[in-house]
Amino acid sequence: MSDENDHKLEAKSDYVADAPSVSTPDIDAVPEAELPDQELYHSHSWWTTYVFSQDAKYIGIQYALTAIGTGLLGLVLSWLMRIQLAFPGLGWLEPSSYYQFVTMHGMIMVVYLLTALFLGGFGNLLIPLMCGARDMAFPYVNMLSYWAFVVAVLVLLASFFVPGGPTGAGWTLYPPQAITAGTPGYNGGIILMLISLILFVAGFTMGGLNYIITVLQLRARGMTLMRMPLTIWGIFTATVLAMFAFPALLVGCLMMTLDSLLGTSFFMPAMVSLGETLTHEGGSPILFQHLFWFFGHPEVYIVALPAFGIVSDLLSVHSRKTIFGYRMMVWAIVGIGALSFFVWAHHMYVSGMNPWFGFFFATTTLIIAVPTAIKVYNWILTLWRGNIQLSLPMLFSLGFIVTFLNGGLTGLFLGNVTVDVPLSDTYFVVAHFHMVMGIAPILVIFGAIYHWYPLITGRMMDETLGKIHFWITFLGSYAIYFPMHYQGFVGVPRRYFEIYDSPYIDTSTLLLNKFITIAVLIVGAAQLLFLYNLFASARLGKKSEKNPWKANSLEWQTPQMPPEHGNWGKELPKVYRWPYDFSVPGAKEDYIPQNQPPSEIIGAKVEKT
Amino acid sequence: MNKKKSIFQLLTEKPWETDQIEADNDHEGRTVNITKQKLGLRTIMAASTVLFSLFIVAYSDRMLVNDWRNMPEPWLLWFNTGILILSSIVFHQTTKYAEKEIFDKTKNCLYLIGFLAYSFLIGQLIVWYQLINTGYYATSNVANAFFYLFTTIHGLHIIGGIYFWGKTTSKFIKRSLKKEDINNLIDICAVYWHFLLAVWLVLFGLMLSS
Ligand code: HEM
Ligand SMILES: [Cu+2]
Repeated sequence: MSDENDHKLEAKSDYVADAPSVSTPDIDAVPEAELPDQELYHSHSWWTTYVFSQDAKYIGIQYALTAIGTGLLGLVLSWLMRIQLAFPGLGWLEPSSYYQFVTMHGMIMVVYLLTALFLGGFGNLLIPLMCGARDMAFPYVNMLSYWAFVVAVLVLLASFFVPGGPTGAGWTLYPPQAITAGTPGYNGGIILMLISLILFVAGFTMGGLNYIITVLQLRARGMTLMRMPLTIWGIFTATVLAMFAFPALLVGCLMMTLDSLLGTSFFMPAMVSLGETLTHEGGSPILFQHLFWFFGHPEVYIVALPAFGIVSDLLSVHSRKTIFGYRMMVWAIVGIGALSFFVWAHHMYVSGMNPWFGFFFATTTLIIAVPTAIKVYNWILTLWRGNIQLSLPMLFSLGFIVTFLNGGLTGLFLGNVTVDVPLSDTYFVVAHFHMVMGIAPILVIFGAIYHWYPLITGRMMDETLGKIHFWITFLGSYAIYFPMHYQGFVGVPRRYFEIYDSPYIDTSTLLLNKFITIAVLIVGAAQLLFLYNLFASARLGKKSEKNPWKANSLEWQTPQMPPEHGNWGKELPKVYRWPYDFSVPGAKEDYIPQNQPPSEIIGAKVEKT
Repeated sequence: MNKKKSIFQLLTEKPWETDQIEADNDHEGRTVNITKQKLGLRTIMAASTVLFSLFIVAYSDRMLVNDWRNMPEPWLLWFNTGILILSSIVFHQTTKYAEKEIFDKTKNCLYLIGFLAYSFLIGQLIVWYQLINTGYYATSNVANAFFYLFTTIHGLHIIGGIYFWGKTTSKFIKRSLKKEDINNLIDICAVYWHFLLAVWLVLFGLMLSS
């Protein structure tokens, strides 16, 4: 923590904020800064500029590209699985490979793609810019965080190449099967998976420390907590959740590693495997499940809260309207975050528990739907009578609302013990969580990339390609996941590598499986279009003007776009309002940036909310 | 300028009201009035507390199974605990000396703390060695496994502390920082030392009482 002083030069004297000049009228007057400006690290060599960069914007892009690259692997794995499911007769995959692919797909998508992209990627890019800071609080630690993530990814990938291959235990990694003969990768792949997760948690903690301290302590003058964009609220709360939830994963991983490597019995009960009695005795597999889900449920909100925040800002900017109920939105984010620690055992209804326990967790699960529903209402009321621009970010945000609503409703079903017991471990659950934590956040990510792309590259992404990408992705996802709800109802089990033509399985299942796979491949191809757009537009895209979406938040108000090292040139911005003053009656423009002094907007009557 | 506000008051501010706008324009931009290093340490301590609490929950849950066999507590563990308590006291004294700018005493105290921290780690390793020699393997009973796990995790925290102690001491001796800055760092290390003492007392107490 203290070490960054070694790597820093003293701030240049001209970086210290000046007092307001005499000519500005009184209403703009702000007392002189009491806090010294942040010291900045200036890189000197190619390595510290392009590889071990300490600039949060750059680290954010590194995080995002690494996460997207890993996510592409997860996507390819899902194609391979779907081909197997659609054509069971072909012998396309071995059963063991199918399990390995399911596991790696799930873990990559939840942890290495979504968590890393939202917090590492968007967090690093947006927190300093939106809060009006020059950089993160501890840039050196921030750089270490990224490289720990890279090592974690490499260890994870290495598990494809060890004897026995990656683990096939399912992304939940339940013992005893995860480390018992018969499960693919039970003595090689699983160890690498656990080590990789431990590294990820270590790296994340370093990053999370930065996000929390930067948001709390390094904001621009005038930027109170209740003037922060909801994006920052979402990322900040998610980071706090992660700091409390990841230790549970760490504890679980450490103890399982010891069970597997040393032969301790934390989680391993006495058992007979392949006719031999194992040396373990007395361990409690249920204990692991509690630890895993104490991490696992907050994890879904670690992904969801940044998406909530970002989508709120996108909706407000692209409908030129104040976000409806800002304070309620903040409270909902904080409330959901707090509640998410009291619902974990709804993933364990079928593991067996005291009925009162089940009752308690069903109740808390349903209560969490209240703040979630408030958010959905507020998004819709934000759109109400707004000047809706059907730009790409708006399209994706609208897609998000519908998809999230859909997934949230099925969540209400599953939250009830009696409904969950027959549906658990069927495709209904697969449909639920893909809607709510797969498609919904990914739509937000796409929207956010189209929105902030000009900030990063100074160019716009291609609109037509983007629209094609949107419609195929949006409609395609429904073609994929709607039928899965039905499959779940007719009892198709989850995690089976082959669904035979048997009396217990409806024949429509086989047909639907083919249909879904075709949709998967089409949606997959559309993502190539997106990748082309992403990389080609950096060169060929139309040059963007400054602040192309006419947004109010600070990231668009930097002196240069894309922002330079240190973000703000000589003087740090001063904030006079929240970021939601759109279409204010009496104002010249339909937006008032957060740092525009009051003297420049005399006569504008700011709307209440 | 920033009046202290409870989190509840902060979250119920109405940022669009005229009075609030005026007050907000004066806001200096940070939430609490402490250095970022201090707040950073608190964040880390909060995360560590969660980590150790979860270990303790796991321990208490696993203890109920009837294969649990208690482990002896070698007298050396009491000695190590003493060392840790002593080093916390010395650190407390160091912050006082640093505050009063008594350079030599502060320096000697810092050295002493380092010595005590290393002795603690070596002491723990000797305990391990004794236990392993008397047949208390991690695999022979889960109570032993928990003991090795707890001491390792706590030891790793101490090693992290030693790293920051080293940085702080060398900066102190080189006199490369302003007085407030170096005192801030010494304070932070001291708080972390007290925290690790508290964690150890809880873990040790837990293992004694079961
Ligand atoms: C109103 C909100 C929600 C409710 C009531 C709810 C309820 C549930 C329940 C009861 C299950 C367990 C189903 C079973 O295993 O039988 C489940 C599974 C799951 N949910 Fe949700 N959920 C909600 C929101 C979310 C959100 C926001 C996300 C992610 C962003 C999410 C992601 C998941 C995932 C990944 C699983 C699958 C876990 C597994 O592998 O077993 N859920 N949900
Ligand atoms: Cu859950």
